[in-house]
Amino acid sequence: MSTETGAVTGIDNTRIHNIGYRAYDGPRLGRGYARRSLYSQSLRGSFGLGRSAKSKVLPMLLFGVMCLVALIIVAVAMATPNASKLAIKYTDFAIYLQAVIGLFIASQAPQSVSRDLRFKSVPLYFSRPIERVDYVVAKYAAMASALFILTVTPLLVMYVGALLAKFDFADQTTWFGQGLVSVALLSLLFAGLGLVMAALTPRRGFGVAAVIAVLTISFGAVSTVQAIAWETGSAGAVQWLGLFSPLTLIGGVQSAFLGATSHFPGGEGPGAGAGVVYLIVVLALVAGSYAVLMRRYRRVGL
Amino acid sequence: MYNPTVARLTYRALLGRRRAAILFVLPALLIVIAVAVRAFAGADDQVAANVLGGFAIATMVPLIGVIAGTGAIGPEIDDGSIVYLLAKPVKRPTIIFTKLIVAIAVTMVFSALPTFVAGMILNGNGQQIAVAYTIAALVASIAYSALFLLLGTVSRHAVVFGLVYALVWEALFGSFVPGARTLSVQQWSLALAEKVGGEGAITSEVGLPLATVLLAAVTVLATWYAGQKLRTLKLAGEE
Repeated sequence: MSTETGAVTGIDNTRIHNIGYRAYDGPRLGRGYARRSLYSQSLRGSFGLGRSAKSKVLPMLLFGVMCLVALIIVAVAMATPNASKLAIKYTDFAIYLQAVIGLFIASQAPQSVSRDLRFKSVPLYFSRPIERVDYVVAKYAAMASALFILTVTPLLVMYVGALLAKFDFADQTTWFGQGLVSVALLSLLFAGLGLVMAALTPRRGFGVAAVIAVLTISFGAVSTVQAIAWETGSAGAVQWLGLFSPLTLIGGVQSAFLGATSHFPGGEGPGAGAGVVYLIVVLALVAGSYAVLMRRYRRVGL
Repeated sequence: MYNPTVARLTYRALLGRRRAAILFVLPALLIVIAVAVRAFAGADDQVAANVLGGFAIATMVPLIGVIAGTGAIGPEIDDGSIVYLLAKPVKRPTIIFTKLIVAIAVTMVFSALPTFVAGMILNGNGQQIAVAYTIAALVASIAYSALFLLLGTVSRHAVVFGLVYALVWEALFGSFVPGARTLSVQQWSLALAEKVGGEGAITSEVGLPLATVLLAAVTVLATWYAGQKLRTLKLAGEE
């Protein structure tokens, strides 16, 4: 007795069993689709969407704090009689709330890349039709977008608030534009540095600490040394010291080109000449972190 | 109460290849800053106090404490390998106590020692500033290690919460809300430094008796509770 199943009967004698497997002949969505999915999943993941309720708490809390502060600024401006602009400049906002931004990138960058490394799911990604460059670009873009959303939403709140309060439209729009460029640069820079630090360690805890060390501690160290250099009369050194921490880099660029108030001691940011150096360093760091990530994922996880 | 094998495993987990790097980077940064400042400003007691108080005690010690305290137990709970340790006939409080000793030792070596060296570089221990801040760092190491070890057993996101405490509570709220300064390990340890340092060189918000009591209470309570927590530890899957 033969145990034939399926549609083929009698004709194809070489086959003992046919249990009806079929090849996939639907549409194949390809590399671009895989890259887009990876991007959108990473972006959603960094705000905790599509993950457990517990992991939504921290990113949403930080996002809420950012927006709340912006709302308070708007409310204060509206309540103040004869106010003609907001109390805080668009470009200052990220500098004041750097601790929140630092915590966001420190908690989410390891979430985005360290877990893939630790649970060795990176090889699974690369069994899809994506290349190394797709993975790195998608993760980098997602992290930068997440940071951009985090930093630009409060600016938007402030801008809308300022327009509702009938502040001068042209002024506000110019300043808002400057703030937009500044946070875009900040997002790119911080996302790059955060991902590099996170990708170097598969342990999430160490990744978090490393990111904070690079972003926040370096800022503390640079500010301390700057203050001392200023007090002891080496004012010329202040602007060059600012090159050594990510936040002072952004601060330097925006005070040189984007009309921001400088937070360097003495209130004097780098001039246009030094500003170009700042901009070059920022762009070099962004390109550098991309290159390091590409190198990191050349041999991975196995 | 002290188990040498657990201690050896913890040391290896903390000072393994790449993990130790970040522990070395921060003290190295402090020393570099100290040398740079000495070159700029010369020996100046106030500047020395600013650097040690502002960078060493305010940021470096808590950060090293977070890394050592949570690193002593967090990764093991995270990857589930703690079950092999818990399955051995070792008391849970003994495990916590041993890990605490290791965390304290690591934090002290990586924070108090560089603080002392930086102090000597900055002003050669003028007005006892280097010694005073070293003592503050030693005391803070104990409290931070106990606190963050507890966090490591309680939460999966221990590092983040530890950083929130160190950066947001102590640094941010501490500078705006005066009351927050009373509830800060940093101020308690500075209270001790205040007594050692020269007149007016170091100030703390908290009196010495209160600070001593609070430090001891936090350390003991955190260690005890961490031991209790480990007795009923649930291993959850990765979220």
